[in-house]
Amino acid sequence: MAITVSNLTKFYGDEKAIDDISFEVKTGEILGFLGPNGAGKTTTMKIITCYMPATSGSVTVDHVNIADHSLAVRKKIGYLPELNPLYLDMNVVEYLEYAAQLHGLEKSRINHQLKEMIEVCGLHDVKHKDIGELSKGYRQRVGLAQAMIHDPDVLILDEPTSGLDPNQIIEIRNLIRQLGRAKTVILSTHILPEVQATCDRVVIINEGKIVADGTPDQLQQDFQGSELLIIELKASVPNGLEEILPKIKSHNGVVSAEYQPIGDGLHRFAVRLNQGNDIRENIFRQAVAEGWVVLEMHRKVTSLEEVFHKLTMAPADKNEKYAPAVH
Amino acid sequence: MTSNFKNVMPIFLKELRSYFNSAVAYVVIVVFLAIVGWFFTSDLFLMNIASLRMMFEIIPAVFLFVIPAITMRLLSEEKKSGTIELLTTKPLTDAEIIAGKFLAAWALVGIALIPTLLYYITISFLGNVDNGPVIGGYVGLLLMAGVYVAIGIFASSLTDNQVVAFILGFVFVFALYMLDKILYYLPGWLASTVEFLGIDYHLSNISRGIIDTRDIIYFFSALLFSLYLSVLSLQRRNW
Repeated sequence: MAITVSNLTKFYGDEKAIDDISFEVKTGEILGFLGPNGAGKTTTMKIITCYMPATSGSVTVDHVNIADHSLAVRKKIGYLPELNPLYLDMNVVEYLEYAAQLHGLEKSRINHQLKEMIEVCGLHDVKHKDIGELSKGYRQRVGLAQAMIHDPDVLILDEPTSGLDPNQIIEIRNLIRQLGRAKTVILSTHILPEVQATCDRVVIINEGKIVADGTPDQLQQDFQGSELLIIELKASVPNGLEEILPKIKSHNGVVSAEYQPIGDGLHRFAVRLNQGNDIRENIFRQAVAEGWVVLEMHRKVTSLEEVFHKLTMAPADKNEKYAPAVH
Repeated sequence: MTSNFKNVMPIFLKELRSYFNSAVAYVVIVVFLAIVGWFFTSDLFLMNIASLRMMFEIIPAVFLFVIPAITMRLLSEEKKSGTIELLTTKPLTDAEIIAGKFLAAWALVGIALIPTLLYYITISFLGNVDNGPVIGGYVGLLLMAGVYVAIGIFASSLTDNQVVAFILGFVFVFALYMLDKILYYLPGWLASTVEFLGIDYHLSNISRGIIDTRDIIYFFSALLFSLYLSVLSLQRRNW
């Protein structure tokens, strides 16, 4: 059940919330929708779930246009809105039954789905409690159970882990991974590790525009630009700056190298390389030949966090040259 | 505005159950019985007539504040808590959502009216009651309640604050109730139109036991018009 978003634009009054965005989600994919608060994630989700129409552009779910066949599309979508609204005065079973009835499920199917959701989402101990009495973690599970009660092909989850403690976040993430296996999932978040932990693909959105689209690994590579290699050597030479640095610089692909003496015959180098150059083996052989002892050698890879920061920085900082931080 | 009854039913049942799960239903029923009972007994023996006229006169006034209280949370609470987003992304039309909520609140008013039959039974032991006005009275009250509930739902659809919804609902139904009582201040050419728009005028017609199509049409058009406005108001998110 693929989702195609084409040239979607939404105005709130004069304010442009999303600006001509297009992306695709393939069947069975978990797409992470990433962006700072107010970037347009929720607006996009509200449009896909038929809560409100777009100003222009279109969305198709399984090749069906959502504007023309709104009711049919809604049957296929399970939606967990932002902040997980719930009827606090209903108990868990009542609420899930209600959600199932609104989806038009038959009585026998409701009972079956209800049992399954209580089982899968781990709601057995609280199923007769009022939702208002439940902890935030349980409420989130109820929200997820509600979104999946009719076994939809598409799941739209708006910040499913916001406000949870770290243990609950891991639980909910696992649940999404487990449930998302057979479904097409779009989940929004502004928490980066979440994307790396759960998503097959990432779309980064900023100020209503898509600024990146790819797998988490791809994005890391694409935005890496250059790599950093940190080398620490033990060598009994009086002046590392003059005797070792030029030798390291002579390798292919080295853009620049910095030297930092640590004393006691220890020398530290930070070598910036063009992307795709791996000189570690050469360094090792050189060290053996020269009689240096390699104490440490590692590459610094750009984290997704840095990619995100780079892409969604305030406009004033946008021209600043991107450089991975050296720790 | 097509509605599928199968979609309306779950909302109707959920709202009705929630009235009885919270104290709302019981408070409404008790308040109703108490106020009506007070007016019913206070001058029954004074007048010494076996009639429910007094009761039928006081209930419309009680409706003025009881019905907006019943309807105030129906949509405003969903808006405030955000559950409106759940409801409107389910495969339901907006008209079905409004219809389910309308029927639940209307049913509650109907249920609250049932105990007042006790007064009818009491009176029929005491003397000969003319049944025409009683039947007409109840039909009229139910129709009036339907209009008030529809207006109350419209008021509730305008805001996410229950108190504001209550006050708006009260103002709207009060205005409708007062229309035929301000005729004195109006120029003659306007008076008959305004009188026809006033709800109490039509209620008093029906309460006499004469069921006229003009009155029935009035009630149903006021009711449907208010529900239509509620649907439009719910669809404001699309603008």
